[in-house]
Amino acid sequence: MESERDLMLDGNAAAGVLQEIFGEEMTTALTTCDECATVSQMAMLRVFSGGPGLVLRCPACEAVMVRIAQTPRGTFVDVRGVRQMRLPLPSIR
Amino acid sequence: MSERFVTRGFVGKRQDAGTAANRIPPGQHLVKDFPVLSAGPTPRTDLRRWSFRIEGLVKEPAQWTWDEFGKLPAQEFVKDISCVTKWTKLDTRWRGVSADVLLEHVELDGRARFVVAFSDGGYTTNLPLPDVINGQAFVAYEYDGKPLAPEHGGPARLVVPHLYFWKSAKWVRGLRLIERDEPGFWESLGYNNHGDPWKEERYSGD
Amino acid sequence: MKRTLEWQIATVKAIRQETANVKTLTLALLKWVPHRPGQHYDIRLTAEDGYSAQRSYSIGSEPERHGEIDITVEPIRDGEVSPFLDDVVVVGDRFEVRGPIGGYFVWEASDGGPLLLVAGGSGIVPLMAMARHRAAVGATVPARLLYSSRSFDDIIYRADLDALANRDGLQVFHTLTRSQPEGWQGFARRIDDRMVAEVNKPFGPKAQVFICGPTALVETAADAAEAAGVAAERIKTERFGPTGA
Repeated sequence: MESERDLMLDGNAAAGVLQEIFGEEMTTALTTCDECATVSQMAMLRVFSGGPGLVLRCPACEAVMVRIAQTPRGTFVDVRGVRQMRLPLPSIR
Repeated sequence: MSERFVTRGFVGKRQDAGTAANRIPPGQHLVKDFPVLSAGPTPRTDLRRWSFRIEGLVKEPAQWTWDEFGKLPAQEFVKDISCVTKWTKLDTRWRGVSADVLLEHVELDGRARFVVAFSDGGYTTNLPLPDVINGQAFVAYEYDGKPLAPEHGGPARLVVPHLYFWKSAKWVRGLRLIERDEPGFWESLGYNNHGDPWKEERYSGD
Repeated sequence: MKRTLEWQIATVKAIRQETANVKTLTLALLKWVPHRPGQHYDIRLTAEDGYSAQRSYSIGSEPERHGEIDITVEPIRDGEVSPFLDDVVVVGDRFEVRGPIGGYFVWEASDGGPLLLVAGGSGIVPLMAMARHRAAVGATVPARLLYSSRSFDDIIYRADLDALANRDGLQVFHTLTRSQPEGWQGFARRIDDRMVAEVNKPFGPKAQVFICGPTALVETAADAAEAAGVAAERIKTERFGPTGA
């Protein structure tokens, strides 16, 4: 049986969905957790998938940073847990 | 959504429901295992600090410690469960306390019409009060004759088998009675507010 | 780089048995674009009735191989995509893919080194793309791989790793956690601080570290690399879990 820690993936696993939403490669984007102010590249966020949607949590305090649900009526994105996002310059990929 | 390209030979891990077909809600498939799906890390709550509360629109809130909760009249429930991720599992066997028993310990304010179940880790889900009473919901602490495992929501999980399983909040710590509906964790993100699998109420607008 | 991800149809060109239960599928892509080693593709399978499942698979091949990619599949019990890829798929089958995806867990020869790669089980796949790319472009960046497998027979890409070690100067250190063949010279325990420090010794704090595997291994190895003096921003990790199912 899988242990619960194996349920924890990281932002690399969400790269496809994030690129679909933002139109850019997002795993190198910097995000600031609204709860604890920790700055992480999106690849480092903890990802919980497999449920109704995708939940990205802060690696430091585990607060929910991003929630994504893809439904037949569109993709719902909640970024309330992100205080700030910094996208890399397009020229630097 | 793009056009579907059918993959030769792919069926998923679904089984033929056979004679149980009439017990499988539309769009669902039967599983034998018990998938573990979580929106967050599994909390490890010290049972000495665990409590279960009924609060909100009640005259006096009620609260039980783990030991007190274990002394409440318990029942065995054998139920079919359906997850919105399309699996259905038949005849799951639980032991726990009916929501009716819990609600007997409080005097409801006449304005109470909805219930928000809240959990360790911050998860919430909302339910109309009529979906919680009359034997339709219970707080389970045993599964298949054993203490409910943490990955399945232990020490205690709300189980509302007639609705999609995201309504059955893992690691539940209480019920809050409210007057105006408050969409919970998934209900506020495009999922259906009610979630009846037989009506395929998966997404908001279904 | 603004680029919309588009699904395309991949055709299974070859299937190779890597170990008793791990296979590599070579997928031919009409709209192939060079990937950055470490990137992955999403795979989407759809049943006749519309039921569909999607998973991510790391690319194991180097971008210098044009028009096709390798993915390596370890069937996960109770999974639905990996058992299909393992069991049902034959050469000539087609399914949907999109990619390449990801930009964090990537290494190209121009990024320099020295390069410390740490893998557990099928976590070797994206690191293999890096090692093969390094060899394909003739890079002389010093590179070491620490690779944890359960047993000798569970080592994925064993022959290819031997070849990379002999021809291209990749230094490979195996550890076998469950059983070791007689006369085994390598490590014989789970990856720990001491092991990482020993393998990284010639590189010290200058190492660029890529770690891929199950969460416990990733955390141990990342902590160990930090303890060895490598700055956190030079350590990149990718965790494996049941999305690979």
